[in-house]
Amino acid sequence: MDMNSEVWGIFAMFFITILIAIPLGKYISNIFSEGPNYLDKLFAPLEGLILRISGVNYQKEMTWKENLVALLTINLVWFIIGMLILMFQGYLPLNPDGNPNMTPDLAFNTAISFVVNCNLQHYSGESGVSYLSQTGLMFLQFVSSGIGITAAILLFKAFKGKGGQKLGNFYTIFLKSCTRILMPISLLVAIILLCEGTPMTYSGKDKMINLEGDSIEVSRGPVAAFVAIKHVGTNGGGFFGANSTHPLENPSYLTNMVEMVAQFIIPVAMVFAFGFFIKKKKLSWMIFSVMTIGFLCLAIPNTIMESQGSPTIERLGLNQSGGAMEGKEVRIGAAASGFWSIVTTVISTGSINSMHDSSMPLSGMNQMLAMMINGFYGGNGVGLLNFFVYIILAVFISGLMVGRTPEFLGKKVEGREMKIAMLVALLHPFLILIGTAITVSFPSIGSDTTNDPGFHGFSEMLYEFTSASANNGSGFEGLGDNTLWWNISTGIVLLFSRFIPIIGPIAIAGLLSEKRFIPEGSGTLKTDTVSFGFMVFAVIIIIAALAFFPTLTLGPVAEYFSIKK
Amino acid sequence: MRAHIIPAIKLSLYSFLLLGVIYPFIILAIAQISPNQGKGLLIESGGRTYYKNIGQNFTLDGYFWSRPSAVDYNAAGSGGSNLSSSNPEYIAGVKARIDNFLTKNPDVELGEVPSELVTASGSGLDPHLSVSSLVIQVPRISKVRGLAEKDIFELIDKTTEKPLWGLFGPEKINVLELNIRLDQFSKEKGVRYAK
Repeated sequence: MDMNSEVWGIFAMFFITILIAIPLGKYISNIFSEGPNYLDKLFAPLEGLILRISGVNYQKEMTWKENLVALLTINLVWFIIGMLILMFQGYLPLNPDGNPNMTPDLAFNTAISFVVNCNLQHYSGESGVSYLSQTGLMFLQFVSSGIGITAAILLFKAFKGKGGQKLGNFYTIFLKSCTRILMPISLLVAIILLCEGTPMTYSGKDKMINLEGDSIEVSRGPVAAFVAIKHVGTNGGGFFGANSTHPLENPSYLTNMVEMVAQFIIPVAMVFAFGFFIKKKKLSWMIFSVMTIGFLCLAIPNTIMESQGSPTIERLGLNQSGGAMEGKEVRIGAAASGFWSIVTTVISTGSINSMHDSSMPLSGMNQMLAMMINGFYGGNGVGLLNFFVYIILAVFISGLMVGRTPEFLGKKVEGREMKIAMLVALLHPFLILIGTAITVSFPSIGSDTTNDPGFHGFSEMLYEFTSASANNGSGFEGLGDNTLWWNISTGIVLLFSRFIPIIGPIAIAGLLSEKRFIPEGSGTLKTDTVSFGFMVFAVIIIIAALAFFPTLTLGPVAEYFSIKK
Repeated sequence: MRAHIIPAIKLSLYSFLLLGVIYPFIILAIAQISPNQGKGLLIESGGRTYYKNIGQNFTLDGYFWSRPSAVDYNAAGSGGSNLSSSNPEYIAGVKARIDNFLTKNPDVELGEVPSELVTASGSGLDPHLSVSSLVIQVPRISKVRGLAEKDIFELIDKTTEKPLWGLFGPEKINVLELNIRLDQFSKEKGVRYAK
């Protein structure tokens, strides 16, 4: 195999992403800026109609608290509707394959998982859901992503100018996120997928006879529409069980590039949108640089490790020039699979184009680290919120180090904000470590559900909680996770890990916004500099390393040494 | 919160109409004018219709073999083995596949066998293989079918898909397409292959 063309493919994907993300960031910033917009003619009538007939109070400027109440209420509505559809899908229309109702615990897990933009899937698309459910889940993929973008925009608004203003209207921002960002990009992506062979039909399974004369069935469905928003919305839930390894969900190298770019652009664009919106482009570049360095520190090793292959396969004497191919697709190749495995975990997509469970041990560790940090780009909107917490911590620590009052964008960071930031920062390791600790203590709920023995079995459980808490949705899928314990425990983790990291940063931003603006002086700690970038990076590494390194040594690190050459 | 509930339900309903009904129907409409009407890429041969992108199981010695599959190429489901290469049972399984391959292909040296030929794909439906995985099967096919190796190599050449735009991604071959070509070629040559 020509490794060079695989490497070029990765370069292309990365640079295309950045080339699109910068103007897209400008576009996003424009959408949510005050005053009329050149796109209003196209979108405003439709948005106005939907908002009016819904009876929402869409003209009222709301405080951060009012916006959060509206946000949480509509999420509750979605959860209840989602759960009802899943539990009664067997009786409802659009079920050509006659798939049965979900059990309550699985419906609980699935509904939450799609409401919170995670898309952990303890079912397989082919046999576990009807087309009505798939459509409902697709709707949740749109709106949950819209919620993430909305949350970030609320934060942007808090830091606009000197602050102190209200944060705009939740409903308007949310609907615009769907109509002006998510839907147009998804349409474009869906059309490309369609042309490359992804199905778009409401007919059920196809029966056919293969070349050797055996009868088989082929699952189909409205796949193109679903897979587009699955990536654009950084959701990641697959239409089929095998997600984007499935040759109908990701038929070619071109679709692989398109799906990769599609999941990547909005999180990167949001970083630039922040700078455009608050008119501090240098701050965006600082954030982007830290994120990109962190991303590359994980993505480059994974690309190399997956291309090199496994030492145990090496010992069998095989030719491993194609890389570690267990769980991977030939049309995608080992390099692009390794690269994607980090894109999908730094961003909270969780869509997979190779089976992470069969990745090399340290690749698996990097995938987990990406989710443990959860702020190198991160999911649509929410990634920036997570990163904001790291910035607040860095502001505080560097403020203490140089003996200055910690300030961010002209606002004093005080005890109350710090408490919230610490709570959010510590929640993530708490949920992952406590969840894993409880599970491994009881073999009947833990090690009995794993697919591999030993260190790797431990990693399967650790990965599941990490993925849930990062709202990622990918898995070491060998884990038999459709059990009462896994469904309920990860469901609860999902709830906390979604809403507290949204409420916390918006509360901090809201509180800071209400404070008096301190003009920049010689004593101000500048946050758009290289040295502050290093500071943020250090904070991230310290938090992630201190919290997670001991656990990682028990799983992937131990596994690595057990099979090393 | 109570003031928000009814409007939230209504907003959900109307945005569902937009995102859950209108959005997929636009794509469905576009699908009708696309090459295969949104049914996926189909190929017809010998009166049967196949999915170009759904790999098939080839067990007969006269066909090029596909990769091992965790779901036996039944596309009613999909999935990989999810096994780790640190798992001794997994390694034993791969070893057994290698032994089987070498028994059926006695001209091949172990070091020539590419790992993708004896490892399962992620989807269990991978339609492709690397060129080298197919080249090493040529002597077997040639013997069983009574065709010249040179002719079979030509078929491989014809079926090889270059990287995207000649630049990006791996080179590969669709095994189903290759086997269909192989059948056609046998027929042209008047060599009957008894299945």
